[in-house]
Amino acid sequence: MPAITINGKPLEVPAGTNLIEAALLAGADVPHFCYHPGLSVSGNCRMCLVEIAGNPKLQIACNTPVAEGQAVLTESPKVKAARAGVMEFLLLNHPIDCPVCDCAGECFLQDYYMQHDKAASRLEEPKNKKRKAQDIGPHVMLDTERCVLCSRCVRFTDEVSKTHELGIFGRGSREEVGLVEGTRLENAYSGNVVDLCPVGALTDKNFRFKSRPWFLEETETICTGCSQGCNMVLDINPHAFNKVGAGRAYRSYPRFNAAVNGHWMCDEGRYRFPLIDEGRLSEPQVTGLLATPERAVMALAESLKALGAPLSILLSPGLSLEELAAWHWLSLKLGASAILASELVPQGKGDGFLIQAERSPNRKGGLLLGLAEKGARDAVSQARAGKGRLLAVSAGDLEPALEGALLGLLSTHSSPACSAAQVALPLAVWAEQDGVFVNRMGLAQRAKQALAPLGSALPAWDWAWRLAKQMGFEACYASQSSAIFEAMGADHPALAGLSHQTLGAQGALVREGK
Amino acid sequence: MSPLLLTRNFGDAQALSLEGYEAKGGYQALRKALAMDPAALVEEVKRAGLRGRGGAGFSTGTKWGFLPKEDGLPRYLVVNADEGEPGTFKDRPLMEQDPHQLLEGIIIASFALRASRAYVYIRGEFRQSIARMDEAIRQARAKGYLGAKVMGSAFSLEVSTHPGAGAYICGEETALLESLEGHKGQPRLKPPFPAQRGLFGRPTIINNVETLCCVPHIVGMGAEAWAALGVEKNGGTKMYCVSGQVAKPGVFELWHGTTLRALIQEQAGGPLPGRRIKAVIPGGSSSPVLTADEIDVRMDFDSLMKAGSMLGSAAVIVMDDSTSLVRALHNLTAFYSHESCGQCTPCREGTAWLHKILTKIVNGQGAIADLDRMNSICEAMVGKTICVLADACAFPVQSFTRKFRPEFEEYIKSGKRWSLTGWREESPAPGFGGGH
Repeated sequence: MPAITINGKPLEVPAGTNLIEAALLAGADVPHFCYHPGLSVSGNCRMCLVEIAGNPKLQIACNTPVAEGQAVLTESPKVKAARAGVMEFLLLNHPIDCPVCDCAGECFLQDYYMQHDKAASRLEEPKNKKRKAQDIGPHVMLDTERCVLCSRCVRFTDEVSKTHELGIFGRGSREEVGLVEGTRLENAYSGNVVDLCPVGALTDKNFRFKSRPWFLEETETICTGCSQGCNMVLDINPHAFNKVGAGRAYRSYPRFNAAVNGHWMCDEGRYRFPLIDEGRLSEPQVTGLLATPERAVMALAESLKALGAPLSILLSPGLSLEELAAWHWLSLKLGASAILASELVPQGKGDGFLIQAERSPNRKGGLLLGLAEKGARDAVSQARAGKGRLLAVSAGDLEPALEGALLGLLSTHSSPACSAAQVALPLAVWAEQDGVFVNRMGLAQRAKQALAPLGSALPAWDWAWRLAKQMGFEACYASQSSAIFEAMGADHPALAGLSHQTLGAQGALVREGK
Repeated sequence: MSPLLLTRNFGDAQALSLEGYEAKGGYQALRKALAMDPAALVEEVKRAGLRGRGGAGFSTGTKWGFLPKEDGLPRYLVVNADEGEPGTFKDRPLMEQDPHQLLEGIIIASFALRASRAYVYIRGEFRQSIARMDEAIRQARAKGYLGAKVMGSAFSLEVSTHPGAGAYICGEETALLESLEGHKGQPRLKPPFPAQRGLFGRPTIINNVETLCCVPHIVGMGAEAWAALGVEKNGGTKMYCVSGQVAKPGVFELWHGTTLRALIQEQAGGPLPGRRIKAVIPGGSSSPVLTADEIDVRMDFDSLMKAGSMLGSAAVIVMDDSTSLVRALHNLTAFYSHESCGQCTPCREGTAWLHKILTKIVNGQGAIADLDRMNSICEAMVGKTICVLADACAFPVQSFTRKFRPEFEEYIKSGKRWSLTGWREESPAPGFGGGH
């Protein structure tokens, strides 16, 4: 490992590391626009110029690998002057329309201006005019006046989505990012260019003019849209009302995890967050009429005591490990057969990159708990024929396959099946509870609670616990998801020793085959 | 009088045909070269001290030595014939008047480099050059000087021309490679250098037309004899282009190291009658300008460097006392801001900003403070970009405004506009927007 110094601080860095990353290890932040660790190096913004002892010319840190004995200065007078120069050039023709720009508050130009420039514009000549507010795809708007021409978005469509819709056209200061003739930015990963854009040139149609980013609260969580389990951040507005349709979730965007999704996520996953607020089942129902949670639990307990036929409990592979485990436990107590209802959830199409055909986020987790997968369809038809009783715990994904009368339905979302069920209980969605999901690679990851459950909704394990109490069973695992998860380790060696804490932000592999 | 090597066939239509060229001793050097060891050829060029004629003046032999060992996969020779530096017109006559001389140089160089594919990237506007090179390639191929087994040796070579599409930046060698590959012409980050990873990701040597034209002469007469034609470290003969306000503008081949004054006075016939030389750009429009008092400098790479300018493409542009240097500089920034590829921030924004300020000044709306503002903009541009186009725009701005500051101040203070017909009093039309 080459030994170098950054601003006099000695450190050893793996060979091949560039100076931006090396400086970060030394606690020095080298400003940059065009460099992005997930893309090729283009070296065009010239913001990351640093001084290397013995070299009369400043070098771009992004394209300079560490070398033995290198002495790097990231804050020398020469470097600072060069940075201020680049900032002046970048802001020269920039419209400075921050008051109406979605990016204000999380804009590289704003941040770097405060850190490295803070000078008034010396431009006395007219600014360049370019095209603004261009609709370039289903999710993205383009403003070429705000653009700093870093080419990140272009490199993304060339190197990651490999769809090549974007290019930089023209030359010199007339240059503009734009669509390649005859295309629109319509690939399955288009939303990533908005995250990549260091300024407000590319904005998200879904988020445009909705909120200032500083009003939002970030939660590091995962996407439960398919079995990949991409790591993401969910932004919610804590000031929004806790009621159906209030739109508490504002946006989601990927969070780096080298083992899962790198820096990216698909549009389908990104734009799933409105489901947190839309179409929810928020209050319990008994025979289609609103009921208090207590009465609903009582009613369900009554019918569970007087079954008259074998009971099957369908569990969605979209539920968290904690929810599945609690209902697995309860079904044993009830003498019912618990079925992981994977066969009722329609499969999608995989793309060989992030999107998986297996759309359920926790099928692997369900199997790990020893849940049987067979018999879900049979159980539905038995119940319809009156030969069996059926209770379903759904993450909003089983309803289309449920026909006929249900003894009970626990679901996140409202559907005709809710009124058809004797008792319907509202479930908290993945964003409203702490839970663990095991992705297709066997990586156990945390989905963290970002907001309080809507209305009277509760996690499925909480309903299981209340129901057990109502029926006089001894208390099950615990009344907290982290405690449930830790207790599960005793029954399932694959999870032994794991806790919400040890899973951390990047997840941990479960010990398979044990 | 100077020995004529590169231009010896100029004006002789016979030299356009392979037979005519051979009758004047052509392709003898190739015969000699093919009998040599390729490594010895590289050494020969190194010993001759041949320095790249494209502008940088880097040792050609050393550059050739950068090629990695052969690995059985392709490696390329690319000829930079995208002659676009304002004031430069030496490569075009070399291709039009004596195409076989260049071709012989290409074949020898390719043999020395063990490259079996060479591309001649010719500025698209040079239709005649492209046609003459294509014809020379056809003739040489028919004669067995190209194709499989060149002149019966084990060496094979194919050469083809490729027209540029009108961008100055494609004269920068890595932008040229991008263009040759079919991409937008923009300089690449270095490292990796083309000798490691060049055309189509393979080791590539890029040489200027004049550079390669020197090669047959070095091989033919021997490195020492060739080097002795010039001065120390600047061997051989050199093509000089003289344009602007002189009696006899043209391209002249002289021993390397003649003085600028001799070049202008003796070769180009001196200034026009009744005029005085005011300023001279010695090495293409990118090189810092010299005043009339500074033209006793020797026209070689090192002497001009010492004089604070550069030999560049040896394109001498003479401006006399009838020229407004304010407008001349405005013209230069128009060129560079138009030709900036737009990749690097300082160049994209800086060249255009400088041009905006100069547009304001020539329209009679400038302020003295604009001169200092321009110089600080130049400081933020020089040495901060991938290629040297930003420097090429900044150098003239810095040197014009420093060496001729009184003229700029006078122009600004007058508040008038100067046009080809003299000073104008009326207020100018708005000069901004859509200029390109």
